[in-house]
Amino acid sequence: MSEANEKSPIERVRTARHPDRPYTNDLLRSIFTDFVEIHGDRRYADDPAMVCGFAKLGENEVCVIGQQKGRDTKARQMRNFGMPKPEGYRKALRVMRLAEKFGRPIICFIDTPGAYPGIDAEERGQAEAIAFNLREMAGMKVPIIVVVLGEGGSGGALAIGIGDRVLMMENAVYSVISPEGCAAILWKDAAKADLAAAALKLTADRLSQFGLIDGIVPEKEEWNVDGEEADLGERFTSVADKLSKTLLENLKELKTKTGDQLVQERYKKFRAMGRWSGNS
Amino acid sequence: MAWFKRDKPKIETVSDDEERTVNTSGIFVKCPECENPLYRRELIESHQVCTHCNYHFRFPSRDRLEDLFDDGKYEKLDEEVTSADPLEFVDTKPYKDRIEQAKQSSGLPEAIVSGSGKVGGHLVYAGAMDMSFIGGSMGSAVGEKITRLIERALEKKGAVIVFSASGGARMQEGTLSLMQMGKISAALSMLHEAKLPFISVLTDPTTGGVTASFAMLGDVILAEPKALIGFAGPRVIEQTIRQKLPKGFQRSEFLLEHGMVDMVVDRREMKDTIVRMLDFMMGCS
Repeated sequence: MSEANEKSPIERVRTARHPDRPYTNDLLRSIFTDFVEIHGDRRYADDPAMVCGFAKLGENEVCVIGQQKGRDTKARQMRNFGMPKPEGYRKALRVMRLAEKFGRPIICFIDTPGAYPGIDAEERGQAEAIAFNLREMAGMKVPIIVVVLGEGGSGGALAIGIGDRVLMMENAVYSVISPEGCAAILWKDAAKADLAAAALKLTADRLSQFGLIDGIVPEKEEWNVDGEEADLGERFTSVADKLSKTLLENLKELKTKTGDQLVQERYKKFRAMGRWSGNS
Repeated sequence: MAWFKRDKPKIETVSDDEERTVNTSGIFVKCPECENPLYRRELIESHQVCTHCNYHFRFPSRDRLEDLFDDGKYEKLDEEVTSADPLEFVDTKPYKDRIEQAKQSSGLPEAIVSGSGKVGGHLVYAGAMDMSFIGGSMGSAVGEKITRLIERALEKKGAVIVFSASGGARMQEGTLSLMQMGKISAALSMLHEAKLPFISVLTDPTTGGVTASFAMLGDVILAEPKALIGFAGPRVIEQTIRQKLPKGFQRSEFLLEHGMVDMVVDRREMKDTIVRMLDFMMGCS
């Protein structure tokens, strides 16, 4: 057991949000090779909060979709703090469709505080963009592996989160609402975020117990990058290698299944989610 | 007692807070929009729509199903599926207590009631959400009930209709609530493949995870007049952009203008409109 296991839920939330935490782009320039980014939803704009493209993972041609935050102020603004707008979700779906057309597996990296809550996003149908992705991903006839890297912020995260395998990094969180938002509504005090974080059971170990995720990628101490250089540092590499190995293992298994099989099993998996009372 | 002293209670008004349901104990109800008094029986006959200004009062879920199904007859479904407390969630009050209170105050088993029957002669599986049960929020039980409706429709080749009225996913069930969005949407994917109809009716209010999943996935999406419909709630957006929102933002008419809903439909014409849609989708019966 690593030290990270001792973290409280709110500490995990802070770790997941830390600017030194690896982002989608860090993985694209480390465990993947030959990445080529493609842009735009062909309807309105290109959303820098969502990175999409083609890459190689080992011998496998894969499609990579990932939310991207920024490490410094400038990058954060450019990436809109990792909060996609409708065009981001529509771009993601367009690229997933390409993967389906050419028979390539899809790998999604979740790392967002949530979908952007703004006037323009509402006007262009943020809710519809998310909803449509949920339905279309459910029917996608190629393997989909989802990894929650850092923050899994509600519907904005789930919109690229319907997969055959949903994995979480050990210190990632995945929640229906931010602990601050939850505290503000239920405790009427955003400062009670630590209580909300604990109550929401948003950590990987708890979500695994509820059958909502399929695996946890262990992290050694803190999973950090050391700056923007080519060498991301030892702390980064050892965990990233483990993630890469896990992705490859899952890919190998999923590639043996037919499209229809994938869709059926994916449905079964999500169908089983939830706990209620009454004979079922 | 002096002749001018009031010995009867005052006309009861409906407060303008979140619970805009009709107080049925009085004889008159004041419309919160145009402030005209409405005779209670008249209001019931008009499906809780103000006869002066067309203001739509919030409508109880059971009344919705009665209004929808032919002769008001339908078979109730999955009444036994109710909320548990999987997270053992406690905020200022235990979630368990909130559920019990909601059951008592609303008289409903859950935030959605569902049933099957005929609508314009077509086989329909319908659900109606209810704001009076923990803000119409969607937890595991609501997700399960809607998923079962869709699965039944798939099996019997029926149509699915859901009336939404919800603040979104239920916080007290955490990520389990979030996953209901995925679960229902996946079921709708199968319904879509099977070429069976799904009509989504948006009523005041429909926000958050409900909007961002099944509510926006209708083959046709109908909205009641002036309903609040959106992904993020108005307060969240105001906090984000630090500006007041324009009037009419996120109302049904705004969504129609932006191409997000097909029609804004008066409640009194809702059934006829739905039957017209079903005739097209399922063939005249």
